[in-house]
Amino acid sequence: MRILISLLSGSLFGAGLLLSGMTDTTKVQGWLDVFGAWDPTLAFVMGGAILPMLVAWQLTTRGAPLTGGAFPDLPRPELDHRLITGSVLFGMGWGLAGLCPGPAMASLTFGGTGGLIFLLSMLAGMSFAPKLGSQLDRLAAAT
Amino acid sequence: MPMDWIWGLIGGLLIGTGGAVLLLGNGRVMGASGILGGLVDRSGWGTAAERAAFVIGVIATPLLMLQILGLEADTHLTSNWFAVIAAGLLVGAGTRIANGCTSGHGVCGISRFSLRGIVATVFYILAGGLTLVLFRHILGVI
Repeated sequence: MRILISLLSGSLFGAGLLLSGMTDTTKVQGWLDVFGAWDPTLAFVMGGAILPMLVAWQLTTRGAPLTGGAFPDLPRPELDHRLITGSVLFGMGWGLAGLCPGPAMASLTFGGTGGLIFLLSMLAGMSFAPKLGSQLDRLAAAT
Repeated sequence: MPMDWIWGLIGGLLIGTGGAVLLLGNGRVMGASGILGGLVDRSGWGTAAERAAFVIGVIATPLLMLQILGLEADTHLTSNWFAVIAAGLLVGAGTRIANGCTSGHGVCGISRFSLRGIVATVFYILAGGLTLVLFRHILGVI
């Protein structure tokens, strides 16, 4: 059951990314590039995606997930150096190519060699992240 | 309202519904980088099957839709290989260090008014905008 729910969730996510145009890097870079031909589509996608989630979070205040267990125990709102540094690094890559992790997966079957190279580089980055994260921790402790 | 905006809204609603299904069904936050990253660095191997099912859904559904509708899609990704590889490395490492990307911090974080989600989103959008200014408008390489 948990696997079927994950498959359904991933399918809705993938369908939404394709229909919304978020697998098209020109639309993402068009949103980020305020000095170019600015494209507000991403704001509509974000707004549309936030609506069902607003309802979903309200429903988590009571009861339990359908498959049992408990709703996630979410981190306390602490702003640490990892959140900031990681988000800046991510944003730089996002601006450079116009792809983030979801669309990189969703466009894999039609993104050609470039899309595959991006995905493999992203997986490599993910595998280096724990080491890089600890180095950043040491750097932050020293300063 | 331009059609692109309407499709953005419809697609966005589907993305959010996917997040709601995962949260209410499995009690999990739908973050693309976390689901995939947990498979890469082995931290999520305890739930490997459901993570893999999510990834298969994300990859296969757009393909099925394009086949059924007889449409083609294009990512219009830059042909600058150096930029593609550098961007992939930055996105992969950055999202894991920040513990979230556009779906986790953006969609799932903002919708619960999470300070971390909002701050992360502000920083990655600003960094993305400045990177484009530098590499597109100043250096002209992408």
